[in-house]
Amino acid sequence: MTVTKWTAADVARKVIENQSLFILDVRNADAFQDWKIEGHQFDYLNIPYFELLDGVEGILPQIPSDKDILVVCAKEGSSIMVAEMLSEADTTLSLSYLEGGMKSWSGYLEPIKVADLSGNGELYQFVRLGKGCLSYMVISEGEAALIDAVRFTEVFTSFAQEKNVTIKHVFDTHLHADHISGGRSIAEATGATYYLPSKDAEEVVFDYTPLEDGLTVQLGASNIDVGALYSPGHTIGSTSFVVDGKYLLTGDILFIDSIGRPDLAGLADDWVGDLRDTLYRRYRGLAEDLIVLPAHFMIIDELNEDGTVAKRLGDLLADNHGLNIEDEREFRSIVTDHLPPQPNAYQQIRQVNMGKITPDYDEQTEMEIGPNRCAVR
Amino acid sequence: MAVKADVMLDAKGLACPMPIVKTKKAMNNLEEGQILEVQATDKGSKADIAAWSESVGHQYIGTTEDEDVLYHYIRKCSNDTLIENTHEHTIANEEIVSRAANGGYILDVREDAEYAFGHIKGAQSIPMGELESRMNELDKSQEIYVICRTGKRSDLAAQKLANNGFEKVYNVLPGMTGWNGDLTKSI
Repeated sequence: MTVTKWTAADVARKVIENQSLFILDVRNADAFQDWKIEGHQFDYLNIPYFELLDGVEGILPQIPSDKDILVVCAKEGSSIMVAEMLSEADTTLSLSYLEGGMKSWSGYLEPIKVADLSGNGELYQFVRLGKGCLSYMVISEGEAALIDAVRFTEVFTSFAQEKNVTIKHVFDTHLHADHISGGRSIAEATGATYYLPSKDAEEVVFDYTPLEDGLTVQLGASNIDVGALYSPGHTIGSTSFVVDGKYLLTGDILFIDSIGRPDLAGLADDWVGDLRDTLYRRYRGLAEDLIVLPAHFMIIDELNEDGTVAKRLGDLLADNHGLNIEDEREFRSIVTDHLPPQPNAYQQIRQVNMGKITPDYDEQTEMEIGPNRCAVR
Repeated sequence: MAVKADVMLDAKGLACPMPIVKTKKAMNNLEEGQILEVQATDKGSKADIAAWSESVGHQYIGTTEDEDVLYHYIRKCSNDTLIENTHEHTIANEEIVSRAANGGYILDVREDAEYAFGHIKGAQSIPMGELESRMNELDKSQEIYVICRTGKRSDLAAQKLANNGFEKVYNVLPGMTGWNGDLTKSI
């Protein structure tokens, strides 16, 4: 059989539909260990392409003949080479390669409808599978609000066009450190208002509308509102949103299987108290039937069957380990002493989001390579 | 400072996997101990050249960058494992700095590129291949501690010096691979 080309969207379907796939990742071992395509039913083999230059016969016994095989590398060149070599060595294999490689995987967004809202409103979650970022669009009566939009602005603007809505409000729950925000450029392109918590924005070099606690915007003539709730801890300005009285967008404060980390702006010790207060007091005062929609997921198990990342607040209060550490000192120690490595280039990314540096598209892609690491588990 | 190499490979503008494919081919034509400079613009080539070199047993020396071009340096090795030390006087890595401070000096006989990417401060550089013609730069009255990467080239150099009337020559073991102290760069 010939080698076929798969797009990141094709791979995303495999993840969301829980299908099986054999991934032959030909990047070098460090890159693979750091970050790979995660799927519920995926099997992996990592052999760097440069160990296969003399032939692939040696690895044939490790390649299954009864599964789809996807060869993956950083960009795509090496995966095409290896896939073609395998196809020549064994013509019965079902081989494909990932177009654009891990770079394209890192940038792919899958829009999934989370819910119908009151009236004719809709709430969409944009799942960036390769990076674990989640963005949101609330739509009602011809208008839209965007929350934590990633930098692929055209995905959001063309989605809005498709839905025949005008983007009116663009929010960032906080100054992001793990990925480059698309919020400001979308607002510029559409004439929407761009909101950022002023406590996170002390160093930014552009104009924005302060996102204050209690701020509410309405979409169109509907009753759907998007209300801000100050919830510091990941950053000092971190703000959550309650949408339509039913959905709690927690930004990087609370995730499905983990909680936010307080250290990415270099002030872990100062902010750990705020994080504790938000998670153990502010959120506990909210209705348990709110559905939590975070800005990230860390592991594939956090995805629901339909591919969304969402869970009832009451269930998280009961099950999420980070919400159940009674001892304050132990909590402090967990979120300051046992942190995972920081995200790739996080300091530069903060500079970009402040408007201080303006890297080109390729440089932005480079900065965002690698896994998301915004949580403490 | 430009780094000296025996062979240059231009892989600029080529995308992965071509820089490695070309490097592999080029290395076949090098003699053992020679140094290949690979010029590449593919950013991923740095990690891959280092990992490939290690997997096949060549010595990855280092990479410099200048105006978006990466310059990788690799030294061809066939089999470094069998080391026969025949020079009678040897000295341990740990001792040479204090000994050199009391007179005597460290002579680094690795290639220029290896020296450039990291050497012991104050060490004098004469690559093994140039030792014969540059022996007059050395002082017979002083102790000389000859070092290379693994003790193999330095052993040959120490023997060569001994055969030319140098009496206070020591081969440093295990050599730069076992060096835990600070390194000075000249790139």
